[in-house]
Amino acid sequence: MRTLLLCVVMLLSSVARAELTIEITQGQDNPVSIAVVPFANNATEVSEDIHGIVSADLYRSGRFAPLPAYDMLSQPHTAAEVFYNEWRAVAVEYVLIGRLANDGFGRLRASVELFDVLRQSMIMEFSVDGGPLEQRDIAHAISDAVFEKLTGMPGAFSTKIAYVSGRNEFGAGSVSYNNRLMIADVDGARERQLLESSQPILSPAWSPDATKIAYVSFEDGRPAIYIYDLATNMRQKVTSFPGLNSAPAWSPDGRYLAMVLSKSGNPDIYVLDLESRQLRQMTRHYGIDTEPSWLPDGLALVFTSDRAGQPQIYQVDMATGYEERLTFDGNYNARARVLLDGSGIVLIHRSEGYLDYHIALQNVERGTIKVLSTTVLDESPTVAPNGSTVLYATRDGGRGILAAVSVDGNVKYNIPSNARDVREPAWSPYISDHKFFLKK
Amino acid sequence: MSKMKVLGVSLAALIAVGCSSNSTTDSQAQAEAEAAAAAAAAQAEADRRAAAEAAAAAEARAIEAEKNSLETVFYFAFDESALSPATRSALDAMAAYLKKTNGSIRLEGHADERGSREYNMALGERRAKAVANYLSIQGVDRSRFDIISYGEERPVMMGHSEGSWSKNRRAEVKL
Repeated sequence: MRTLLLCVVMLLSSVARAELTIEITQGQDNPVSIAVVPFANNATEVSEDIHGIVSADLYRSGRFAPLPAYDMLSQPHTAAEVFYNEWRAVAVEYVLIGRLANDGFGRLRASVELFDVLRQSMIMEFSVDGGPLEQRDIAHAISDAVFEKLTGMPGAFSTKIAYVSGRNEFGAGSVSYNNRLMIADVDGARERQLLESSQPILSPAWSPDATKIAYVSFEDGRPAIYIYDLATNMRQKVTSFPGLNSAPAWSPDGRYLAMVLSKSGNPDIYVLDLESRQLRQMTRHYGIDTEPSWLPDGLALVFTSDRAGQPQIYQVDMATGYEERLTFDGNYNARARVLLDGSGIVLIHRSEGYLDYHIALQNVERGTIKVLSTTVLDESPTVAPNGSTVLYATRDGGRGILAAVSVDGNVKYNIPSNARDVREPAWSPYISDHKFFLKK
Repeated sequence: MSKMKVLGVSLAALIAVGCSSNSTTDSQAQAEAEAAAAAAAAQAEADRRAAAEAAAAAEARAIEAEKNSLETVFYFAFDESALSPATRSALDAMAAYLKKTNGSIRLEGHADERGSREYNMALGERRAKAVANYLSIQGVDRSRFDIISYGEERPVMMGHSEGSWSKNRRAEVKL
């Protein structure tokens, strides 16, 4: 039997009251029908609905249609109890069953099996262990394994998001502002507040090892770039030059931080070596150069520049400084993020209209742009580490909300907040603290 | 009017001092005259100070009135930092005022919510700098400017249409 061991360093110091919820607005045309059968619970102190979290994860991906428990003709807990005809009768293609038990060392173990109804065979069997505070991590690890088995693509359910939540109170003749830097699981659960300020907080960016977050804060009255260490809750001010200190972006190896400074008179792209603290100026143009993002190989940066009159995306080579324009379609292209396989660039795109700022994907080879979102006033796209989904900020009525769209445009869901404006999402890399040990 | 009176009193004191200096016997009269002269001089100094203070207060009131009459918020077209003719003439009055004062001048740049946040941060800075450049051409010392951009982070209007956006695309001079 294959065992999947899950070890998670828990970072939760304070869990805020849940702010985020998820509403699917569009799923795939022919989602895979799967039954996530409620798990047998032979364990003590199980406080989370583990199979329910798995089912919600798969549903949210838009690629699966989990069968509601009340439509199940039986609820098997062992392979011997799985009768394929029953599942075929309700048009279910895959069945996931599981059992929860204590492992005798204070840990919880979920043992699960996945069955292919058409082939009438068990196609996966594994278990996941975790501590009492890791029940949601156990569930997401199961989702990741099932998703990868059935789609061929790694799951991104164990990842997190950073975002800014804000509330502006418009009074008579004055406005009061409140901003919070938050992180949460990618399903919106286990929110944690890192910072609260009446001053602006912007541009959270995960380090490649997902242990730190760089961001911009005006808490001293001026913009400065900070790095927050999630394990120690310590933070350090990295730059506070005169003028802008903005848009931090970690290099893929985590050694450099690209950023925007206007200390020489106008906004240019700089790269800071986080070890030597040496600063290198990458662009020198009187126009606005901002929003750097690294290519996956770390050899070049893409950035936004209005040097041609309107914001467009450019690329600068790290070794030679050679610059070239990448976008030509549309009159506003900004805030680019490069897909991890380098095949495409996700950006804010407007071709016409006052409101029509959409999330779009530019094919790097062909230069063609495909609009992904149907919402307006979209901004701040960030890509899942498995490349499947783009998370971004948009507006819903008067509220700032987060929304997601699959890179093929087929799946869409919203992540509104119950009370506050949410914006500036940053999808974490795979969390390296989650270590999976496969064994027979 | 009061100056004339002071002059008269001083003259009388001088004459008194002159007369008594010629006398070798009346030392009491001399002392009285000296005291009168000193009192007159002190009165003159106090009156001069009061007059200067009154003049300064009047000038401060005038400058305060001038300050209160100034426009301090200037608006821009979408994705633009060009100053409109109305803004330029308002900034001429601003420059005339600022040249009578000392100390740092805070200039804040803002953008509407459309487009990306960091681009808007840069756009807000460009708007504040456009105001700073114009004021410095009008003779305001550039080193007095303290420029900060808030991008789209500090809207003054909460709506999501041009009515609100046009009020949020702005540069503010904080006096």
